Amino acid sequence: MAEVLVYVDHVDGAVRKPTLELLTLARRIGEPVAVHLGANAEDAAKILGEHGAVKVLAADAPEFAEYLVAPKVDALQAAYDAVSPAAVLLPSSAEGKEIAARLALRIGSGIITDAVDVEAGDEGPVATQSVFAASYTTKSRITKGTPVITVKPNSAAPEAAPAAGTVEQLAVTVADSSKGTKIVSRTPRESTGRPDLTEAAIVVSGGRGVNGAENFPVIEALADSLGAAVGASRAAVDAGWYPHTNQVGQTGKSVSPQLYIAAGISGAIQHRAGMQTSKTIVAINKDEEAPIFDLVDYGVVGDLFDVVPTLTDEVKTRKG
Amino acid sequence: MSLRIVVCVKYVPDATGDRHFAEDLTVDRDDVDGLLSELDEYAVEQALQIKEAADDAEITVLTVGPEDANDALRKALSMGADKAVHVEDDDLHGTDALGTSLVLAKAIEKTGYDLVVCGMASTDGTMGVLPALLAERLNVPQVTQLSEVSVADGKVTGRRDGDTATEQLEAALPAVVSVTDQSGEARYPSFKGIMAAKKKPVESLDLEDLEIEADEVGLEGAWTKVDGAAERPARTAGTIVKDEGEGGKQLAEFLAGQKFI
Repeated sequence: MAEVLVYVDHVDGAVRKPTLELLTLARRIGEPVAVHLGANAEDAAKILGEHGAVKVLAADAPEFAEYLVAPKVDALQAAYDAVSPAAVLLPSSAEGKEIAARLALRIGSGIITDAVDVEAGDEGPVATQSVFAASYTTKSRITKGTPVITVKPNSAAPEAAPAAGTVEQLAVTVADSSKGTKIVSRTPRESTGRPDLTEAAIVVSGGRGVNGAENFPVIEALADSLGAAVGASRAAVDAGWYPHTNQVGQTGKSVSPQLYIAAGISGAIQHRAGMQTSKTIVAINKDEEAPIFDLVDYGVVGDLFDVVPTLTDEVKTRKG
Repeated sequence: MSLRIVVCVKYVPDATGDRHFAEDLTVDRDDVDGLLSELDEYAVEQALQIKEAADDAEITVLTVGPEDANDALRKALSMGADKAVHVEDDDLHGTDALGTSLVLAKAIEKTGYDLVVCGMASTDGTMGVLPALLAERLNVPQVTQLSEVSVADGKVTGRRDGDTATEQLEAALPAVVSVTDQSGEARYPSFKGIMAAKKKPVESLDLEDLEIEADEVGLEGAWTKVDGAAERPARTAGTIVKDEGEGGKQLAEFLAGQKFI
């Protein structure tokens, strides 16, 4: 059976959920071979094997942390040469897409980014994408070379599929030309204790209607009652009420959770582009004409400062 | 010696318009107004700030696209770029990201550069891969996704806010930079700027000028193929209630019914 390379996104060996989703999708096309770059490959291999990785190609080199992107492209190219895969899958993070692009160019292959589904097809993998602010769904495939596809988080439910997950060392030579961009310092983002925005099953977002940074705890309290991530519209971020890292929308993060709750968000195209593929959409807004209500499964026309705290209390009561 | 800055910009269909596909499954450009991609305005702005901080710098704004794409160049020129290069050729219709990166790389090399500045992604395709592709093709450092950028002493430095960390980056010129929408508001063209832009030179190049064969680009040369595009079915009308004191409870009931609580 053909092998499929899966690039592992992890923090010090703690594998992030989108990688497990990639393994699930990879099994539709062939046998997943995971590529783990950096420390603690043995830790990662356990969970990768549980999710279908027949093999984990591991390489650790200081260059991965010292220089931006390019050394990882060298490593993935070494894995590609070692395996001759039927496809290469990567997570659709900013870095994942950059690595994918450079790899595709080097191996003479086409690239598809931001797939929301991947299936086997007669002429190779078929990727589904959601385009034009999710107003269209396209099916595409790569016509030259080995398909390189990046997949958005929450595109598949990770499935357990026990496989060997044997760790093999991958020999990597980092080219001098890959040491062009030095990472002078690195400050890990402080954990809020909440789920990651792009990975969360539930997202609660606040917008202009939240009316100030001092009111965002109302949104956070609802999020915490549901075990959700907190998002913000561009208006709220531009006003300085919430960090940009939490921005949902075309220029922020694109999310596709099971449940999206928009509070005080009108639903401008910019915001819709980032959340329209959410499975269930709920909105709370004073303005009954707000475009967000065109998208919702359930909408409440009302003051978020009345509705959200009541909802939070109800959630807490019902959850006991 | 003068710092040569090339800013890559894209002319995109207005996202607030009704965007759709043409019969050949390329983006229909006839049915919706185009404009300079908003995310590229940030690139022009940062290039202008880098120029203002430099002793001697010149900004060339570069685009690949049909005749109308000239509008995007004029906007950048009216913001303050010095000159423009427009790559236009009928054979470019349907070119994908890999093909576009080839055309841009050849045009950048022909123009001459010390620094290439791009937006983080286009607002239509939203792939965000072009800066990395350009760095790979030009074999220079990529300093991408920057929320802050500065150039001094032949080096570019910047801040990259990633998913899990914030990084400070540094690379020697020549380099390819991309900037995010957090890099700083783009300026509005002044009346003087708009008038001056009319007189600024726009060089026109075609594939022959760049020594690119027609079959390397366009729909035929594309490395990917769109087999189908379907308009997303309109969402069935959801339930909308007015809050008269019970809104929060009704919503909780709905969420419980959907097994979210």
